[in-house]
Amino acid sequence: MDVHEYQAKEILASHGVDIPPGTVAFSPDQAVYAATELGGSHWVVKAQIHAGARGKAGGVKLCRTYHEVQQAARDLLGKRLVTGQTGPEGKPVQRVYVEVADPFERELYLGYVLDRKLERVRVIASKHGGMEIEEIAKNTPDELLQVIVEPAVGLQQFQARELAFQLGLNIKQVSRAVKTIMGAYRAFRDNDATMLEINPLVVTKDDKVLALDAKMSFDDNALFRRRNIVDMNDPSQSDPREAQAAEHSLNYIGLDGEIGCIVNGAGLAMATMDMIKHAGGNPANFLDVGGGASPERVATAFRLVLSDRRVKVVLVNIFAGINRCDWVAQGVVDAVRAEKIEGVPLVVRLAGTNVEAGKKIIAESGIPIIQADTLAEAAEKAVAAYKGAK
Amino acid sequence: MSILIDEKTPILVQGITGDKGSFHTKEMIDYGSNVVAGVTPGKGGKTHHGVPVFNTVREAVRETGAQASITFVAPAFCADAIMEAADSGVRLICSITDGIPAQDMMRVKRYFLRFPKDRRPMMVGPNCAGIISPGKAMLGIMPGHIYKQGAVGLISRSGTLGYEAASQLKALGLGISTSVGIGGDPINGSSFLDHLVLFDKDPETKAVLIIGEIGGPQEAEASAWIKENFSKPVIGFVAGLTAPKGRRMGHAGAIISASGDSAAEKTEIMKSYGLTVAPSPAEFGSTVAKVLQSA
Repeated sequence: MDVHEYQAKEILASHGVDIPPGTVAFSPDQAVYAATELGGSHWVVKAQIHAGARGKAGGVKLCRTYHEVQQAARDLLGKRLVTGQTGPEGKPVQRVYVEVADPFERELYLGYVLDRKLERVRVIASKHGGMEIEEIAKNTPDELLQVIVEPAVGLQQFQARELAFQLGLNIKQVSRAVKTIMGAYRAFRDNDATMLEINPLVVTKDDKVLALDAKMSFDDNALFRRRNIVDMNDPSQSDPREAQAAEHSLNYIGLDGEIGCIVNGAGLAMATMDMIKHAGGNPANFLDVGGGASPERVATAFRLVLSDRRVKVVLVNIFAGINRCDWVAQGVVDAVRAEKIEGVPLVVRLAGTNVEAGKKIIAESGIPIIQADTLAEAAEKAVAAYKGAK
Repeated sequence: MSILIDEKTPILVQGITGDKGSFHTKEMIDYGSNVVAGVTPGKGGKTHHGVPVFNTVREAVRETGAQASITFVAPAFCADAIMEAADSGVRLICSITDGIPAQDMMRVKRYFLRFPKDRRPMMVGPNCAGIISPGKAMLGIMPGHIYKQGAVGLISRSGTLGYEAASQLKALGLGISTSVGIGGDPINGSSFLDHLVLFDKDPETKAVLIIGEIGGPQEAEASAWIKENFSKPVIGFVAGLTAPKGRRMGHAGAIISASGDSAAEKTEIMKSYGLTVAPSPAEFGSTVAKVLQSA
């Protein structure tokens, strides 16, 4: 799960990381009021969306007057912001963050990730903040500083201190940077984050160390014990179909193809999409109905897949393990009847336990379902049906 | 022979009295697995499917000599259950549970390091279908009848894609020595490499099929090791060619977030280390058959 910049900053601040004064606003008037309350003479108004690269896309505006703050908020709110990370449809801007803009001297990078190879938290820092980490890694790989956290004891002060000195900070700045590095680590650990990025971490003339931008992602598997994070969820930032799928504990990812997929198991779902591509078509979505593939779940899956107007064919691929094919087949037939699915060719491939009984149910249902025996045949028939329908 | 389990391996089920634990215990017993004990705190002293139930893993191991465990424990409590099994001397721990927090798995892996290498438990999963040595024993939740006994070792991240492979092999008359599901989580108990080491020493296994997916370094790591060390032919596949960057494809670990994570990149890596890559997921069986014929 992702959160907005201002939410990540709230979390960081509560763990002792210093941030510039700022307030979230939902309207231009509120933005102006926020600026008056915050004080100062310069402000940045930042679009709050779950994606980076906002600056280049015009989502961050520097303002010198209250009027400019109002104008910036008016320009951003209610629009969809398209950045290099959002995809062509962009993300809706429903909140802006108004922040005091004070000058700073240096821009650093500070990041935390779960390293899958080392199975530990890795802290990454660089003297060259303000650009994307991929760029930093490409341009100045030798200057990328790294520390691995021993899980039994957590990040130690000396590790943070080493990083701070390597960043070339003076002693006053070092003690503040250590506080920041340790605090951000605790924010990461205590909230089950999977990614935390402070970019840039800035150093001011008066030796302050401040998190100027912050991004955090959290482990979905740990949300059961992180109510505070769940409360920060902003459903406007996700695809409505994905949000709807999540409500039914289905895994759905929308793509831009024409062949809708309903599959059990994430691996088989990906493989089915690969097969469609292999056969010359394009998958419209990833959808894992789970091991259960109960009739209710199959019906919900049909509704989701068909709510995508681009879908011209639906391919159902179920490998029944513990569930029997006859039971799954009945679920498919019931769902097709209940949802009144017409005009969209339906290809069904069943395999595994009780496959013959399952096929018989489908054949005798009177519904024009195209059956397939293998994964290859299913994909080929789905692509042929799409080309035929076109 | 087979790897990890056979018909003699004494098995204990953690969470035996829950719905899933109970159902799959019955399936495992019916398949021929030697289930000797169950553990559910508070249900000690009872029997379930004819199996004695204990309050703690330590007690179960002491009384029955169980060596392998399978966990049907809710995500919030599963790391604890795994560490309990490790601490009680269980040498093979298979975790079916989907949804264990990554930081919990990080702690579990760190906890394992307290055991010297020769006594460190092997963990399979979490978020996997388990292990099956066809014709011998099953420590998992797969439909046993789709697996034929034979000479192909199978290691797969995904459960259902492993089923797909097993049934394609069976359709061509090819069988499996052992199939291991390593699971779809970002931090798992064991990787492709851990099981390749075992398959290398197993005389019954003539070739190995490894089925990976997007995300993480384990497919690449295994491929590099294969080139230097593995004596048998390996067929590989990576699912998720059409997966967009940065989106989690169902499995917690199936996400392209770093370079080298995509299916195309991993496929290239496999090829560069001399693996035979199945051209599509519909050709697991035929590719393995071809490789076996030319071997």
